Amino acid sequence: MKQVSVFIENKAGTVVGVLETLKKAGMQLYAISIADTAEYGICRMICDDPEGACEALRGAGFVSSITRVFAVRMDDQPGSAAGIVAMFASAGVDIAYLYSAIISGEPFLVFRTNDSDRAVEIVSSNGLTLAEV
Amino acid sequence: MIWNPNKECMSRDELRGLQGRRLHKVVAYVYHNVPFYRNKMQEMDISPDDINSIDDIVRLPFTTKQDLRDNYPFGLQAAPQSEIVRIHASTGTTGNPTIVGYTRKDIGIWSECMSRCLSAYGVGRDDIFSVAYGYGLFTGGLGAHYGVENLGGTVIPTSTGNTEKHVRLIKDLGVTGIACTPSYALHLAETMEKMGIRVSDLKLRVGAFGAEPWTENMRREIESRLGLKAYNLYGLSEIMGPSVSYECEHQDGSHINEDHFYPEIIDPVTCERLPDGTPGELVFTTLTKEGMPVLRYRTRDLTRLLPGECGCGRTFVRMDRITGRSDDMLIIRGINVFPSQVESVLLSIPECAPRFKLIVDRERNLDTLTVQVEVRPEYFAKGFDTLSPFTDLEKLVASRLKSVLSIAANVQIKTPGTIARSEGKTRFVEDRRVLK
Repeated sequence: MKQVSVFIENKAGTVVGVLETLKKAGMQLYAISIADTAEYGICRMICDDPEGACEALRGAGFVSSITRVFAVRMDDQPGSAAGIVAMFASAGVDIAYLYSAIISGEPFLVFRTNDSDRAVEIVSSNGLTLAEV
Repeated sequence: MIWNPNKECMSRDELRGLQGRRLHKVVAYVYHNVPFYRNKMQEMDISPDDINSIDDIVRLPFTTKQDLRDNYPFGLQAAPQSEIVRIHASTGTTGNPTIVGYTRKDIGIWSECMSRCLSAYGVGRDDIFSVAYGYGLFTGGLGAHYGVENLGGTVIPTSTGNTEKHVRLIKDLGVTGIACTPSYALHLAETMEKMGIRVSDLKLRVGAFGAEPWTENMRREIESRLGLKAYNLYGLSEIMGPSVSYECEHQDGSHINEDHFYPEIIDPVTCERLPDGTPGELVFTTLTKEGMPVLRYRTRDLTRLLPGECGCGRTFVRMDRITGRSDDMLIIRGINVFPSQVESVLLSIPECAPRFKLIVDRERNLDTLTVQVEVRPEYFAKGFDTLSPFTDLEKLVASRLKSVLSIAANVQIKTPGTIARSEGKTRFVEDRRVLK
């Protein structure tokens, strides 16, 4: 599925600016996660219209882009996330980052690995469900 | 074509002899006519008799813009008022304007030098030439104008303003050449495109651009959008106006009209003369001027003199492009840093916008340099989901800066539109150092 990434500076009001832009564009946000260093951060988001969101953000002067990530459905019970991550760990696939999302009321684990082809194999051989957005 | 081969192609030895004789003459002339120079020379215990060859020039005092302002309006004028036929003035945004008076002979030499420039660009009697530098106190308009007339070409004194009318004249009159600032040339191109006029509708073939710094990229853009060959024209009102130096067909630096304007390159801090090829501050001595001759005038323009001969046959030395102004210079940890050096590094990296800010500070008695630069969003459209493209860019900028400046800079990548637009020349430098 498609993820929107925005380059942000660590200063007051930046995230508000990103979210206000998406609000004005009428975007439904499913997940948001921020990774930061001392001066900058990357804000990653899942929403109902990634292309539209990216365009709106660029129009507002943000540096943003779309990349592909996996969103695997979790069971709403303890240990579900651990079980999914363990499948990748045992297959030797590293996870670059992950965060959770609620899409249509269901919990998902959003992540990017260092090996997309292997990740697809793991998803299908273990009968995992990918998000349809 | 070479307008005056006797001068432009004379042997270096002959030229040096001529320069030496002319230098002695002009030094004696200002010594006897300008108290400012006489006092300075007496303080330094030198007389005109000590100046017998061009190499003796290093003994002479420098002249600065401040000297010109301090002696406003006529303090440095050497000729009596009755001999002055024209006065030009610089804008004077930062103090008294600089007043420059010209005698009839000065205007003649100016026209001669300008004709040499135009000939080198390939302009001749059959050309219809539009001068779109401002006419008035600024030397650009009238300087170029007299050069075209002297050459025998047809001059159209367009001046600046009313760009649409100008475009129409260029098209309807079959104008073949134009002189203006490079930024006005681009404005002209935009106006032309808006009016729906194509390059193929025009007869433009040559342009003489100067009076502001420009880059090779601008040259290419002007050439393709106006359909002409663009040449550099350099000058400054304190020395003469446009015509001080000019490019030939080889476009490898600009030939200086050395029989009239003697160039030197100095270290802007120590004022020591630097050898050819070494970058520094450009200094000019007028060798033949009567109205307001200047000795070793510090232009504050940074460039270098190019060693070696030019394939065009001219023996006049060539100066490189102007890379900046020495008055913008910062001294950081004892190292001379020019904002223009930072700019050229940033321009060489496509992900960086040409919008930057330098912050100089002092932490625990050590100077620090921070370079903030905006990124171009289009270079990140390919896709990113981690910070690495930005941290990589930061490292790339830092390492290029280090190799050019010889000091380490802290680089901060900024999002588009976050660095304030600079209004003045030095607004992009913030020196926070407080010396206690």
